[in-house]
Amino acid sequence: MSTEFVDNDRKPVGYGRMLRKEDPRFVRGKGRFIDDVQLPGMLHLALLRAPIAHGRILGVDTTAAEAHPKVKLVVTGAMLAERGLAWMPTMSGDVQAVLATDKVRFQGQEVAFVVAEDRYAARDALELIDVEYEQLPAVANVRTALDPAAPVIRDDLAGKTDNHCFDWETGDRAATEAAFADADVVVSQDMVYPRVHPAPLETCGAVADYDAVDGGLTLWCTTQAPHAHRTLYALVSGLPEHMIRVISPDIGGGFGNKVPIYPGYVCAIVASLLTGEPVKWTEDRSENLTSTAFARDYIMHGELAATRDGRILAIRTRVLADHGAFNGVAAPTNYPAGFFGVFTGSYDIRAAYCAMTAVYTNKAPGGVAYSCSFRITEAVYLIERLVDCLAFELELDPVELRLANLLRPEQFPYTTRTGWVYDSGNYEATLREALRIADYDGLRREQRDKRARGELMGIGVSFFTEAVGAGPRRDMDIMGLGMADGAELRVHPTGKAVLRVSCQTQGQGHETTFAQIVAEEIGIPPADIKVVHGDTDQTPFGLGTYGSRSTSVSGAAAAMVARKVRDKARLIASAMLEISVADLVWDKGSFAVVGDPTSCVTIQDIAMHAHGTGELPDGVEGSLEAQVHYNPENLTYPNGAYICVVDVDPDTAVVTVRRFVAVDDCGTRINPMIIEGQVHRGLTDGVGMALMEMIAFDDDGNCLSGSLMDYLLPSALEVPDWQTGFTVTPSPHHPIGAKGVGESATVGSPPAVVNAVMDALKPYGLRHADMPLTPSRLWEAMRGNPQPPV
Amino acid sequence: MQLTMTVNGEEVTAEIEGRLLLVHFLRDHLALTGTHWGCDTSNCGACAVWLDGEPVKSCTVLTAMAAGHEVRTVEGLEQFGELDAIQRGFMECHGLQCGFCTPGMLMTARALLDLNPSPSEQEIREAISGQICRCTGYATIVRSVQWAAAEEAGARTSIIDAGTP
Ligand code: FES
Ligand code: FES
Repeated sequence: MSTEFVDNDRKPVGYGRMLRKEDPRFVRGKGRFIDDVQLPGMLHLALLRAPIAHGRILGVDTTAAEAHPKVKLVVTGAMLAERGLAWMPTMSGDVQAVLATDKVRFQGQEVAFVVAEDRYAARDALELIDVEYEQLPAVANVRTALDPAAPVIRDDLAGKTDNHCFDWETGDRAATEAAFADADVVVSQDMVYPRVHPAPLETCGAVADYDAVDGGLTLWCTTQAPHAHRTLYALVSGLPEHMIRVISPDIGGGFGNKVPIYPGYVCAIVASLLTGEPVKWTEDRSENLTSTAFARDYIMHGELAATRDGRILAIRTRVLADHGAFNGVAAPTNYPAGFFGVFTGSYDIRAAYCAMTAVYTNKAPGGVAYSCSFRITEAVYLIERLVDCLAFELELDPVELRLANLLRPEQFPYTTRTGWVYDSGNYEATLREALRIADYDGLRREQRDKRARGELMGIGVSFFTEAVGAGPRRDMDIMGLGMADGAELRVHPTGKAVLRVSCQTQGQGHETTFAQIVAEEIGIPPADIKVVHGDTDQTPFGLGTYGSRSTSVSGAAAAMVARKVRDKARLIASAMLEISVADLVWDKGSFAVVGDPTSCVTIQDIAMHAHGTGELPDGVEGSLEAQVHYNPENLTYPNGAYICVVDVDPDTAVVTVRRFVAVDDCGTRINPMIIEGQVHRGLTDGVGMALMEMIAFDDDGNCLSGSLMDYLLPSALEVPDWQTGFTVTPSPHHPIGAKGVGESATVGSPPAVVNAVMDALKPYGLRHADMPLTPSRLWEAMRGNPQPPV
Repeated sequence: MQLTMTVNGEEVTAEIEGRLLLVHFLRDHLALTGTHWGCDTSNCGACAVWLDGEPVKSCTVLTAMAAGHEVRTVEGLEQFGELDAIQRGFMECHGLQCGFCTPGMLMTARALLDLNPSPSEQEIREAISGQICRCTGYATIVRSVQWAAAEEAGARTSIIDAGTP
């Protein structure tokens, strides 16, 4: 294991800082996003959505809409039901209405659609549809969803008499209870991780183009998982899979929001089938915020057991999870709570137990989204907040408490009490690097001086461990599809290469990073390697991009396929140089005869030879290409230490994030510029979630956060100039040692911000207040009246 | 209604509905899809273009209001096959990830630099505070604008140097 602290900034044939290959099109405004797709004769689809959260549909009158001169088609749930298309499976074994038939179950639910000649006319016609509802009482409060008197939301499910969704538990209950019984100190804390929304800047959409002559369907779609979506469409629609082509064009941010299949996609397909024309559906911002995959919404009760001198013994938690009207979570089948099971965090804890109950409410479906690495965001928030609560009670410095309990390098691979096998890490070195960059002792001195003057300055620390790169197919699947990913590499005669991968970029820079991975392995410059992705006809099968699985799974596939090509190149080189394979040495980009560096052939020479007429070794076919399907042996475990510095205005309760230091260990670093960008993004998420963001509802289930005026996202004025650092502890089982970094900062930063604000408010005796720490909520908390968010 | 305006230096005449938003006119009628649409409430800035040299949110401008005026979009930044310094700055400093906010950011940043060739970090943050970026965390955008400012300061210096005997 190596830990180095130097960056690598050079023009690389392989790893190192390199400008992105995708940027020239974006800075010219030449990206091709979903709404940029224009096809001849294309029609526009608009969805009519429920104005209420819970109600029975008594009748839908579409006559006036159909009479609109520009309208081609109006479809209701009843019409879909006739074709058996009114319901579709979700990614977690539940069903979700495509268009409501019996009841509407959340405000914003899809009720009917119109297809018209242009987008304005389609919207106009929505106004002409008359739906009669019988309003039902709504279940808007997750805490009362299981009351016997609560109305049953999912009466579509046979025999359903309550709003219970599932129960789940992990860990050893008896051992944990014993550890708590023996402990000197127990801290317990209720905390809410509010419902938030990924809100990518580009909303969701699709263009469906069904060709009645050849029976083929082409679907351009904002999807992070084109192959998985295609299989699902085949299963739902009955169209043969090989006749469906899903193209994910440039995606304007995903963050998990573009993993699920939304009713709008299915409606666009149906509309194209029925009209015989291409049909475009794009949602507006309020549709995106009110109907597509939300994230979090966990109500947690956490407890830590510890010795008086600060040794953490055990952790216990109860969780109430709000899954909305349909269980639309996109998590591996065996993991209904995602990877929340890693809630023991980065510490050597002897016993752990979690019991979770998930319920239905009259809110939008979803659950796993927003760069959370399958619920690790919630898990890290829980433990990192609890550790600070413990430090508060024991009057210990939160850094000292962490240092005393962090896993030590020699403990890896480390099996947690909930069964996760952490692959590698050097946690103390990572935390100390963050302390060094931040000048932690200096900050504490500054804080002392400020406190003496009545100023409120806070320093918040968090340490996180993520589990990403799902996952081993023996254990992990989405709807029965194993979570492996393919890669295919062709080196053409002139030595230029095309790599085809099954993951899909939404801004992470795959076209650059993956070219660098291949370049590192076979010595062809990244500029000569084209990366093809996001098109099921053009790429091998695989499960796509979410849960930070691109570099950890597809990146591994890219390295493996390049090694396969290099192995073949070695055989061809031995024929070209007329020497045995054992006498060849590889020097990134060429094979040379041992001891005679002038006798050598480059990868480009070999590519030409492989396609030419020259002699090839026995059993070696022409061409220079290979394909692999990578099945991860284990997850990878990126980790990091974050330090946040805030000032709180005592008169207004406004929090200013003044500094933020993030030290990440994502294993082998491919392009440090891109890694830094990924970290910056997540830190901004963290500040947003901690201070501003919440999808709120009133008692009737009306969504109060349906626009960017109500759902606040950080602008350039709310975030500081980030300071980043890194350690490198490669993953031992990953082909290139890379661990993935896309979600690290979203996972690790919210507790750092909240810990900092609580630290600032220590003079008020405050130990915990729930996110979002908006001025008004914080003001209440400072006056001894902290409120859980609603 | 029929109207005429100048878009990226070229005169265009079109027959449109009076309620058509400028963002949709540019995208759907002129196929200038670099200008994006990201919200319904004038909050995100993905739609920013120039109207007579001033950045405006084209989702909040009726096409009819631009009649007789000059519009400049991201497609008009590149001149004679050469990228504007602000475009190069964004590439050099990783000022973009998904690229969806980028056209609006570029137009706003270009306007800032025309007004204030060496803005401070705070001035840059204020100038782009009407734009949302969900990907970058803004620090690299700030650096991109600073890069472009320095580049242009350098370019100006060398022009001055060349003209001085
Ligand atoms: S689309 Fe114009 S500000 Fe959002
Ligand atoms: S680069 Fe994606 S929104 Fe800014």
